[in-house]
Amino acid sequence: MTLIKTKHNRRSFLKVTAASGGGLMLGFSWAMSCTPADKVGEIPLEWFDINAFLSIAQSGKVTIMSPNPEIGQNVKTSMPMVVAEELDVKWEDVIVKQAPLNTDVFERQVAGGSQSLRKGWQALRMAGATAKQMLIEAAAKKWNVDKSTCSASLGVIAGEGGKSVTYGEIASFAAEMQVPDEVKLKDPSEFTLIGTDRGNVDMEGIITGKPLFGLDTYKDGMQFAVVLRPPAFGTKLKSYDDTGAKTVKGVNDVIRFGDKVAVLANSTWAAMKGKKALQAEWDNDENLESTNYHDRELRKLLNTKAEEPKRKDGDVNKGFSQADKIVEKVYEAPFLPHNCLEPMNFYAHVTPEKVDLLGPIQTPERTRRQVAELLGRDQSEIFIGMTRMGGGFGRRLYGDFVLEAAEISKLANSPVKVIFSREDDMTAGTYRPASKYKFKAGLKDGKMIAYHLVGAGVNMGNATREKNFPAGTVANYLVESHNLKSNITTGAWRAPITNFLAYAEQSFFDELAESAGADPVQFRLDLFQQAKDNPVGTVDYDIDKFMGVIKLAAEKANWGNPDAGIFQGFSAYYSHNTYVAEVAEVIMKKDTPVVTKVTCAVDCGIVINPIAAKNQVEGGVVDGVGHAMYGDFSFYNGQPQQNNFHQYRMIRMKEAPKVETHFVKSYNDPTGLGEPALPPAGGAVANAIYKATGQRFYKQPFMKDQIVLG
Amino acid sequence: MATFNIQVNGRQQQVDVDPDTPILWVLRDHLQLVGTKYGCGIAQCGACTIHLEGTAVRACSLPVSSVGDKPITTIEGLSEDASHALQEAWREHDVPQCGYCQAGQLMSAASFLKSNPNPTEAEIDAAMEGNLCRCGTYNRIKEAILTAAQNS
Repeated sequence: MTLIKTKHNRRSFLKVTAASGGGLMLGFSWAMSCTPADKVGEIPLEWFDINAFLSIAQSGKVTIMSPNPEIGQNVKTSMPMVVAEELDVKWEDVIVKQAPLNTDVFERQVAGGSQSLRKGWQALRMAGATAKQMLIEAAAKKWNVDKSTCSASLGVIAGEGGKSVTYGEIASFAAEMQVPDEVKLKDPSEFTLIGTDRGNVDMEGIITGKPLFGLDTYKDGMQFAVVLRPPAFGTKLKSYDDTGAKTVKGVNDVIRFGDKVAVLANSTWAAMKGKKALQAEWDNDENLESTNYHDRELRKLLNTKAEEPKRKDGDVNKGFSQADKIVEKVYEAPFLPHNCLEPMNFYAHVTPEKVDLLGPIQTPERTRRQVAELLGRDQSEIFIGMTRMGGGFGRRLYGDFVLEAAEISKLANSPVKVIFSREDDMTAGTYRPASKYKFKAGLKDGKMIAYHLVGAGVNMGNATREKNFPAGTVANYLVESHNLKSNITTGAWRAPITNFLAYAEQSFFDELAESAGADPVQFRLDLFQQAKDNPVGTVDYDIDKFMGVIKLAAEKANWGNPDAGIFQGFSAYYSHNTYVAEVAEVIMKKDTPVVTKVTCAVDCGIVINPIAAKNQVEGGVVDGVGHAMYGDFSFYNGQPQQNNFHQYRMIRMKEAPKVETHFVKSYNDPTGLGEPALPPAGGAVANAIYKATGQRFYKQPFMKDQIVLG
Repeated sequence: MATFNIQVNGRQQQVDVDPDTPILWVLRDHLQLVGTKYGCGIAQCGACTIHLEGTAVRACSLPVSSVGDKPITTIEGLSEDASHALQEAWREHDVPQCGYCQAGQLMSAASFLKSNPNPTEAEIDAAMEGNLCRCGTYNRIKEAILTAAQNS
């Protein structure tokens, strides 16, 4: 067993190896502690590290480390809540700290795929439960009684005969206890903290303007770096003239790296001015792509047979030949920038001894690997601290700005903070790919008997979710996908692929239900019932859960019986292991539709922090509606045509519908929530506007179809 | 470079910067007041909202040379002990997600409530139109403003 000498005097990481008899067997990367005396000078004497996740002070205060990056999804509050629940302490006694990247003790320090709580659930619970057990064992040892006669609740251990000791009082002994091999987790029905509303742990800092975000990083000797990047995808730097830039007061240096030029200055403003004063010439030996090129190529692909279908059940052509009605529609989506309100930025200080990195990144582990490769350094010399992030939405999965900071720091031999202007952020993006989908369905006697989906996207890989609904519900089913290669950088954007696919599919089903002469909700329920009774091929989603949210949303929104003047639209989607159904309401105001409300039913397993969970749903809906209505981004000769919010319209307060959220009561393990409310939103709204106006939308943003919302 | 004497959160400050430097960067880079956020640089997102003589302005588009002796209030100076009715309401409604835009939202709302202590929802919509929230917390911001209006 290797002892790891680090700042902490006791670290352990718990891994589930087996479950037995109500308890859980634990394995450890290493189980036993160094002696506290080794490091006694480095930590405040009154704090005792029980494990990697938590330490307890003599006062009874508990510090809980939040392992994952915080992008606004509330993990910095809700992950420590899970530890505190099993530890059984008062939330008021908890101090939360953001953990740095530390792969020795934490797993999956990623903000992505809405998976932080789902994947972290067991480790977080065990961190708390193990510590609780060590505290109880310490008390039992001190009292010289059997541990089974002791119990713990809200930071106090009780023994027989009225004996009592607080966690703080016993913490120093607990830190010396063996880490238990087996630990009992609470039954979810015993939870007292999970399921209660707890405010954001960074609230005070946020509402008083404390430094929390990457852009708030200021260090001694730090230079501010603003970077000139190729103005169009497909271009390379031919030459540049920095004469003007160097005359800007405050500019210290101009450094070329690859096809980019960094201006280093002693203030952000000087660096920005210096960049504007750079003269550069650009070459291109690649295609310079425009939006009309993407449109043309993607449309071609929609009419091409894929080499291999993504999924094939039955025979769609036979199905179509037997149909008495065929519905075929094409849906089109533009590229989208992420537009995190905090533009990309990162701090780096590269020295011969080590590399210090600090800032907003969703993927610190992968980024550390990339920086190590770039600089030719060992990963053990690279340290990444995580700041709160002013939004992520997928953009900060990609560490290009971290690599830039590291490279500039190395070349300048100086600590630097790289700052993207809004224009840099919007034009040097990792965009949601443009995509198109062709849906074709055959109906016979009002029943869907054939379904064919073709997807095509720019650098999208598989543009479909072939295992999703309606797979399993229809005898003849074919899904095909095409990829259009491009030199435009694309990537994950909140609810990748489904952020548009769900809209297209759920709009199409509204139209299909209408063609079948059926109610849109009943039409879906009938399909699910069919899949339940007689599934076609494998069904990867839980039919009961799916039907559950559909029925719940319909019931809560009074589906089918709206008040006079209200038009309803329905949509439901499964993503990130979570089921969401939404009913949008639209009213007509002076001949223009106004989206007033979206009612959501959500099955995401157990809800840890309801007030924050609702916030995620509300935000997902507003995000989904906003981008469906207004989000538009285009290229001309490789150059982004929108570079700031005067050209790129974002949803604003007056356009945001009210959101009413209903969670399915559940004790199942938690599933995703940062993304799943977004995919159904656009479809629900589009279907409601159709009811109100008779107009269908086949393109996002809806603004393109001249729809104006009041 | 030139020397400017400006009043920020009740304190006189002297800074030596270029006259065209937006007050946003003076606050952040020179005075260590980082609560005022950079979002767009062209007064389209509201993240940098501060008060100039009590009125909400966008600090990203206000050169330091144009400030003169008009007092500036930033989020750090909105209240002495984080007890402004809006800050209380922000806690009550657990408004933020990422939190980046919220200082600007609070400053816009504070200036607005001073001029209109009992606003309707439509008036709030109009007053807050210049502040983007990428996370979509608009409904909570609006509810919190209504709560603050009730409580003050």
